[in-house]
Amino acid sequence: MKFFWEARKVILLAVLIYLVLKAVFGFQLLSQYIEQITLFSFIVILTSLGLNVIYGYTGQFSLGHAAFYGIGAYVSAYLSKSLGVDGILGFMPVLFLSGVGAGLVGYLIGIPILRLRDDFLAIATLGFGTLVRVILDNSDRFSEVLGGSRGFVGIPRITNLELAFFVTVFLILVTRNIIFSRFGLFWRCVKNDELASQGIGINTSRMKLMAFSYGCFLAGIGGALYAHLYTFLHPSNFDILKSIDFLIIVIVGGMGSIVGTIYAGLIWVGFIEGLRIVLPAEMLDLRWVFIPLFLIALMMWRPYGLIRKGG
Amino acid sequence: METISYLLQQCVNGLQLGAVYALIALGYTMVYGVLRLINFAHGDIFMLGAFIAYYLISKFDIPIYLVFAITMVCTAAAGYIIEKVAYKPLRNAPRISLLITAVGVSLFLEYFLSLKFLFTANYIGFPRPFEVQVYDLSLFTVTNIQLIIFAVTAVSLVLLFLLIYKTKYGKAMRAVSYDQEVAALMGINIDATISLTFIVGAALAGVGGILYSIAYPQINVFMGIMPGIKSFIAAVLGGIGIIHGAVLGGLVIGMSEVFVSGFLSSTFRDGVIFIILFLVLLLKPSGIFGKRIEKV
Repeated sequence: MKFFWEARKVILLAVLIYLVLKAVFGFQLLSQYIEQITLFSFIVILTSLGLNVIYGYTGQFSLGHAAFYGIGAYVSAYLSKSLGVDGILGFMPVLFLSGVGAGLVGYLIGIPILRLRDDFLAIATLGFGTLVRVILDNSDRFSEVLGGSRGFVGIPRITNLELAFFVTVFLILVTRNIIFSRFGLFWRCVKNDELASQGIGINTSRMKLMAFSYGCFLAGIGGALYAHLYTFLHPSNFDILKSIDFLIIVIVGGMGSIVGTIYAGLIWVGFIEGLRIVLPAEMLDLRWVFIPLFLIALMMWRPYGLIRKGG
Repeated sequence: METISYLLQQCVNGLQLGAVYALIALGYTMVYGVLRLINFAHGDIFMLGAFIAYYLISKFDIPIYLVFAITMVCTAAAGYIIEKVAYKPLRNAPRISLLITAVGVSLFLEYFLSLKFLFTANYIGFPRPFEVQVYDLSLFTVTNIQLIIFAVTAVSLVLLFLLIYKTKYGKAMRAVSYDQEVAALMGINIDATISLTFIVGAALAGVGGILYSIAYPQINVFMGIMPGIKSFIAAVLGGIGIIHGAVLGGLVIGMSEVFVSGFLSSTFRDGVIFIILFLVLLLKPSGIFGKRIEKV
């Protein structure tokens, strides 16, 4: 209860935002498409928050975040399809389990690779991402339901405004509390100076592993929500380029800033999906020409974040 | 008998792929040596080489050695420009910033070149400049394409080794990769040496691009991603920063890829390469030839 009392202002704000959104979508002032991408933006925020915990707060560079997002999506889709889940109540344990599944994979893969630093960690996580992609592409060899490179079809559509919104808000609050707890402090210590952290008695490898698995847990939850929003999964949705999307959001929002990630996630989805409405189809490819240029410019002038300064 | 000849045949095919990987891996390992940067854009320079050769062969009917020469000059220029525009302003920035910039450059090249009025995102058939001939050596067969790949790779390697171990410039490159600050104190022009490293690496990637597309005649703007990553893994396997390590690593990676496709299934070949990467990073992060025992 203390948890909710301390966050009462945020919860109040969240409820207000929820009511506004509910009214707007309830009276169908905006199209179905806008509703869909609004829900998608919550998922993107949640997943990017996971990467921000790993990279922004703990300083462990990961280029394989989309793999954990994909693991969450596939685990949840497999569970809900094989168990025949179709209501929100039945979906909650599935959601939790898929987050735990992604977190567990993150933990197991983190034990060996978190010994690496910087660019070697980048290439190892990138490698893991590609490995997951290969496994997903061949997943129909293990179970016909998973679909392999043809894609996973026929997932029940469960994610709605309430679920996506409140799960995201709840996990943002949890993350905020962890960040301001003892562990969050240790994570930031590890990021600033790993050797000095070791010197004052922080178990750095345990802290890195913890942050990494928690970040992957968030990605898994995001993936599960994604799977039940779009009802179709394809391995190509979870490749390297997707990981780079999340990385860009974290950097634009500011490394080690929850609020920045929220803004950046909204702007990102708005930009990518919004331009789809505004720009004619033949100009759409230009988005992907400007995003890398923007990323390069960001690295030259604001390497730790645009919206929040980060550090 | 049947299996032995199959094995030998796979060896030859593996060498063909491995030679191309070795050429790309050299650029990675040299750049990593001087800048401590994984140059993600290197795979795209490889792609650029393939496309330049495609236009030279299909639009202008020029002899093959000129195709090689012009492509090398063009990719070398691209490598030089990328270094000057994107990496040089970040010389004193954190390494991760440089890495993210490299990812950005790579994405930019891919998506810019995939625009409709440029190369488009479609697969394009690469015109082979000569007919394929198969020579039957009783146990296994070898094509003239494979012979050309082996010959060109061997010549490039000899020239590179001469440059690095017999000239003043090569000495400067080795000095910069050993210790940049001390090299600067000895009067070595750091910026020029880094530029030279990029130029040489990009020229080799250009050659690799031509050879790869002659062997597997389908080109696409995204073709550089996987060979690029695999070649980097080859460089890590041989010991990053070590020239002959990159060559050996490239051959091993090429062989393993072909063997997995030949004996297991071609869909698992990417996965196996990354398992090799994990094993190397865990068991001996400094690679086969790496001597320095250092926690990476």
